[in-house]
Amino acid sequence: MTDTVDKVPASALPPEQIKAIPVRHYGRWVAAVVVVAILVLIGIAFSNANINYDVIPDYLTADTILSGAWATLYISVLSMALGLVLGVVLAVMRMSSNPVTSTVSWFYIWFFRGTPVLVQLLLWYNIALVFPVLNLGFYKDEMNQVMTPFLTALLGLGLNEAAYMAEIVRAGIQSVDEGQTEASHALGMTRGQTLRRVVLPQAMRVIVPPSGNEFINMLKTSSLVYTVQFTELIKAAQDISSTSLAVVEMYFVASIWYLLLTSIFSIGQYYLERRYARGSTRNLPPTPLQRLKANVRLFASFRRPEAVR
Amino acid sequence: MTALSKGTDLDKGTGRPMVKAEGVHKSFGPAHILKGIDLEVNPREVFCLIGPSGSGKSTFLRCINHLEKISAGRLYVDGGLVGYRQKGDKLYELKEKEVAAQRRDIGMVFQRFNLFPHMTALENVMEAPVLVKRETKAIARERAARLLDRVGLGDRKGHYPAQLSGGQQQRVAIARALAMEPKLMLFDEPTSALDPELVGEVLDVMRDLAEDGMTMIVVTHEMGFAREVGDSLVFMDDGVVVESGHPREVLTNPRHDRTKSFLSKVL
Ligand SMILES: Nc1ncnc2c1ncn2[C@@H]1O[C@H](COP(=O)(O)OP(=O)(O)OP(=O)(O)O)[C@@H](O)[C@H]1O
Ligand SMILES: [Mg+2]
Repeated sequence: MTDTVDKVPASALPPEQIKAIPVRHYGRWVAAVVVVAILVLIGIAFSNANINYDVIPDYLTADTILSGAWATLYISVLSMALGLVLGVVLAVMRMSSNPVTSTVSWFYIWFFRGTPVLVQLLLWYNIALVFPVLNLGFYKDEMNQVMTPFLTALLGLGLNEAAYMAEIVRAGIQSVDEGQTEASHALGMTRGQTLRRVVLPQAMRVIVPPSGNEFINMLKTSSLVYTVQFTELIKAAQDISSTSLAVVEMYFVASIWYLLLTSIFSIGQYYLERRYARGSTRNLPPTPLQRLKANVRLFASFRRPEAVR
Repeated sequence: MTALSKGTDLDKGTGRPMVKAEGVHKSFGPAHILKGIDLEVNPREVFCLIGPSGSGKSTFLRCINHLEKISAGRLYVDGGLVGYRQKGDKLYELKEKEVAAQRRDIGMVFQRFNLFPHMTALENVMEAPVLVKRETKAIARERAARLLDRVGLGDRKGHYPAQLSGGQQQRVAIARALAMEPKLMLFDEPTSALDPELVGEVLDVMRDLAEDGMTMIVVTHEMGFAREVGDSLVFMDDGVVVESGHPREVLTNPRHDRTKSFLSKVL
């Protein structure tokens, strides 16, 4: 913006574009060839195996399998919900200054993380040996009547999950700056209000990614609940294979469902992480859908360059 | 408590100080930080607190709204004992809810802003009135918008703290404290985390607040602000009040050697 326009410095001229021969990555090509060869060999081996692939699509949507997949889904979701709620309670208890509550929480986590979930499921299954009658004062019944396969599965999976979630939630809460709590208290908020409105929403950023892992683990671990007579995906697949002799095929069917469920939840997790990233970054990254739309628009503009103007 | 007296002329001449400290001590374990603080802050007064790092200024400020428990002495805000109830000669600790209720009337502004990063500027200012005072969202939003306008951020209501400069964040923090309509504001070095060119915009807001008659206790290294706006000033060192008086008096004619050597370093 000066008035000495006549003297243009040499650097202001457009520089000559560099035309160099790029480094050749021979290693990548070798690796790609090896990978393709291995995939082809595995493919040939599987197609020559004595597996009847034709039946898989039919069984994929068989009623038994569908209700099994549904059972896997809802027992996992409900157990995870129980684990999350109880996990928050345990985490808060663990960090409390009250030595009684923090010790109780410590022992809970110690026990439920330290014993196999299969053992815990079987303990709930046989709880009537210890407490033959459930008596809550206002409600009284035989324990064997109360403990349906569903309730047994829910308690077994959910209470186990709570121990893991407690540690994840604790890490999340501890990741939030102490100044946040101070500012909330200075505004007259109680500890409960501070936790609910200020600390937990920020802790979620740390809590969500490992919880996604936990949930996907839960989807698969839930196959153990067939031991307490709860029919989920694996049990449904086994029921069919015991009559149809399509044993391996049914494991394929179950695996496809597990992959489908985990894929759906991975997408859900992505959006959840995005939601809790609010405020922590200046600009949120585009969602896959937004990215897709942008690419489509870009592609359209290549096709019809005049439309861009 | 005294809804009538809030920021009105009734405060003048009642003779009751807004803050009164009598022999306040504070220890963290073996570390004796405050060693007997006596002072009075009158309503509508701008009370500046200066002193070297580690002298206990922040600690004293945090005692006033009971973020720290004092170890000895008595601390009163607007006539009420902070954090305790006295019956006869016995002190009873207040319950969590009662402490929270006391804090509603005391606003605090921190060196590091401490805005809620997951809320927009407007939501930051609305949060406490809705949650703590059970105000309707509409009323809280209306007041929040007015306060943000007042601190010059009317066009930044939807921004998250990460999208604001330090000076803007601190002005949102002041608006957030004001939203609770406090009768006392505590400022703990509100400008020392800011770039020099942003200090002025925050001090302007504080000056405006002082002119409106807010009672303010300000820990600061901004001697210019203390001289211009302050009504009284206290120099603290090593947990005791070394010297106090009118800011112009203390800053130009310090009587104690410790005050002199501190001022020669910061002025
Ligand atoms: N929670 C705590 N536990 C132990 N010691 C503490 C705690 N808080 C403050 N202190 C100590 O109390 C002393 C006074 O701290 P304070 O923050 O009040 O100083 P200050 O006058 O505000 O200093 P600055 O100007 O650096 O902010 C320091 O030596 C500090 O280490
Ligand atoms: Mg300090």
